[in-house]
Formats: sequence, C-alpha cells, structure tokens
Amino acid sequence: MVSVLDNANPTVYSKVGERIISPEEEEENVVDVIDDREVFDLIRVIGDPEHPLSLEELNVVEDSRVHVDNVKNKVCVEFTPTIPHCSMATLIGLSIRVKLLRSLPSRFKVDVQITPGSHASEEAVNKQLADKERVAAALENTHLLEVVNQCLAPTTRKI
Amino acid sequence: MSVLKELCVLEGHQDRVWNLAWNPSGTLLASCGGDKTIRIWGKEDESWVCKTILTDGHQRTVRTVAWSRCGNYLASASFDATSCIWSRKSGEFDCIATLEGHENEVKSVGWSVSGNFIATCSRDKSVWIWEVTDDEEYECASVLSSHTQDVKNITWHPHEDVLASCSYDDTIKLFREDNDDWTCFSTLESHQSTVWCVCFDRTGSRLVSCSDDQIVKIWQEYLPGNEEGVQTKGNNPAWKCVCTLSGYHDRTIYYVDWSHISGYIVTASADDCIRVFKEEEGCDKNQPSFSLVGCQNKAHSQDVNCAVWNPKDAGLLASCSDDGTIKVWQHSEL
Repeated sequence: MVSVLDNANPTVYSKVGERIISPEEEEENVVDVIDDREVFDLIRVIGDPEHPLSLEELNVVEDSRVHVDNVKNKVCVEFTPTIPHCSMATLIGLSIRVKLLRSLPSRFKVDVQITPGSHASEEAVNKQLADKERVAAALENTHLLEVVNQCLAPTTRKI
Repeated sequence: MSVLKELCVLEGHQDRVWNLAWNPSGTLLASCGGDKTIRIWGKEDESWVCKTILTDGHQRTVRTVAWSRCGNYLASASFDATSCIWSRKSGEFDCIATLEGHENEVKSVGWSVSGNFIATCSRDKSVWIWEVTDDEEYECASVLSSHTQDVKNITWHPHEDVLASCSYDDTIKLFREDNDDWTCFSTLESHQSTVWCVCFDRTGSRLVSCSDDQIVKIWQEYLPGNEEGVQTKGNNPAWKCVCTLSGYHDRTIYYVDWSHISGYIVTASADDCIRVFKEEEGCDKNQPSFSLVGCQNKAHSQDVNCAVWNPKDAGLLASCSDDGTIKVWQHSEL
C-alpha cells in the first residue's frame, strides 16, 4: 500500500493488564452493563495499518479516552495518531468504527474522533468519520474493506 | 400540539433503508436501501404491502428514489455511479435508461416540474442536468461544478425549472437555465456542517434545510426591487436565512420535508426521532417563528434517514431507518 512508512520508529507502549473479573460479573443474575473497559478491550487489539503492533501498543487508543454512557446509548472514542501528519488517521478511525459497528448492540450511537490537538487535519478526518453515508460507501469498496479487515484480524498478525 | 400514531411497519429490506418517495397520487410508496433493491409498496384493503421488488438495476446501495411529476416514471440513484429510469407504462416497472457519467457515488436524483429535466448529484462534487427528449432519451445538458465537496441532495422548485442542491461543503446552491446554459445564481451560507437535505414550500419562495450541525433553517426569497430592501444582483433573487431552529435535535438531521398541503415540516434525524414543526400564525415573512408541535421519540430503533408527507392525504407520513424498517404514521392535531 505505502512504500515509505509515515512513522518508521514509533514508540511502543506497554499494554494494560487483563481485565479483572469481579465476583459480581460471574453472577448470572446481575445485569452486566457495557462499560468503558469493555469497549476499550474491543478496540485495543486492532492492528495498526503499518506496523505489526496493536493500537494500544502505539498509544493510539487509551482506556481513559473511551467513554460509554450505557443509559443514553452513547459511545465516544478518541484516538491519537502517532504523528500529527499521519496519513493513516482516517483508516485507523474507520477500523475502530467498523469494529464497534460489528461488536456493539445497534442501539449505541458511536462517535469516533481524533484526540483534540493531535492531528493537522483533525476537523476534516472527524467530519469524514462522522458521515455515515461516506462510511457506508467506503465499506462497499472491496479493497478498502480488505485493508480494514486485516487491521481487525489480530490473530493473523504477529502482535 | 400534534401526535403521530403508528399505522404499520413495513419489513422486507435486508439492510438500512435510505430513502422513500410517494408517487404524485399518494397511492404508492417507493423505498430503497443498502440491499441494492427498490421496493414499491401499496395499500391493499386496509394494509400496506410490498407490490414489487426491483432488483436488477444497481450493483451497489440505492441511495435515493424519485417519481416523475406524471407518476409514470421512477428514477433511482446509486452508489454504483449510475441512475436508472424505470417506466411503469407497461404495467410493470422496466428499466428504460441508465444515466452514466458521474465519477463515483450518485447521492440524489429528481425531476423538474416541467418534466423536461432530471438532475443528479454525486460524491464527485458535481450536479448534472439531463434533458429528457421526446423519445425518452436522456442527454446531459450541463455539468455544474460549483460545489467544492460531495453533493448530498438536490430538489426542484415546485413551479419553475429551478434547482436547489446541498453539500458536504456546508452550502446550498440554486441553479437555473440562463441563455441555454445552467448557472448557479445563489449560494446560501450559514450552516456550520454538511447540509443533508433541502425542500421548497408550496409557493417555492421559501426553502427549509437541515444539517449535521443539528439545525434546521428557513430561507426566504427576495426578488429584485423587493420592498424590504434586500440587495439582489442583476435579475436574480437573493435568498436569506430568516429563521433558525436550534436546540431541538440531538444528532445529525438527515431529512426534512415541508408539506405542500398542511404546511407542516417534518425532520428525520440520527437521534431516532421524528419531529414536526409548524409556523406560528400571523408571522412576518421576514422573521417567521416555527414551533415544535410533535416529537415521536424512538420512532425507530436506529437513525431515521427519511420522513415524507403523503402528497394527497395530509395526515399520512412515512419514515425509514437504519433499522431496516419503514413505518407509516397517522399525523393529527390535538
């Protein structure tokens, strides 16, 4: 896809530990609402389009930048491109969006945005990611869908 | 105040339903969506049923459907970069023409009041005007490249061959034929994000628009020499935003329809709601007030993409959604 890497030597961050399962969560009759950590667990394993690393390892996604309002059915994810001119920003945002579209109940309204101040074209990328018509059209593009699916398939990657 | 009563849920589409269109007599409802099909619904006894499914026209999502003013033709716009013209003269719907030329997704299509023109608009930023010849041929009459971004929707004036378009570039533009050439004579700027839909009122001297900025705006036409003293250029009218409806919607507003019978405005938005607005009586046309008279919360379980008034029965409304369903509503004043 690209011959020159945008950011050839990215800083690699340590992963958060596994989710701690509380005794309540093991209870069958306790309602287990979807929370920040659960959504973070869905997206932290997404692969970077350029590096054999996860978005979590590149600090593109962080636990603290995922906000779930289970009552209002809202999920807001901010992601931080590794460099301010990252040409992959839209693709990364699209991968996060697709992962959440496929995994979360349809009642959720999902907003995926760039962490404020972390990208030169922040507004343009945010507008594109928020336009569901353009997202739908992009996902009918078989080549693009293949690239997104590769990012979403961590098992085939050496993470 | 007014209320919406759900009359029926029409199921059948296998993906999100993007758009709806009533035929001019209000007896048929066309729908289209992500499953690449067009469905035609009609009333049998007391219930609405699917009469026909048109499957062989498009290779990708069908984004919009539009009936000709005579009701004999249906046009469809698709992400496959083409528009199809369907004729029901033989009793069934036959695809009689495919309009090709746009570089990528066609977002909207519509017929002029005279029946002489069809307009299409696309992600390629252009609006095309097609001339309909006597022997049902369609020739490109003009390619309009005034917008700087993805053109979302077009709509024709109710009485003249004047076209309005709206875009991802946050503007609305108006076009008309001038010395055999189509030109943009007005650009309406005020929305802060993508303008998804525009619709004329019954007089054609007002427009309503809705946007990703979660605001609905009413625009008024001012002709040259108007007594209000609004500046115009040459013999072109000027359009001014005279009313802003903000604070009512929680997410993007995808569709707005202004009833030519009742004067009610309906909006369809990503907060799953359908809202109905009414102009307050005795308003100054230069500063009208519109109030929210009805709000159907959870009208659908996902984004509402379109809501359209029946052109003959003022109380009938249809809506469609990402949830794959179409609903028919009875609207009544309390």
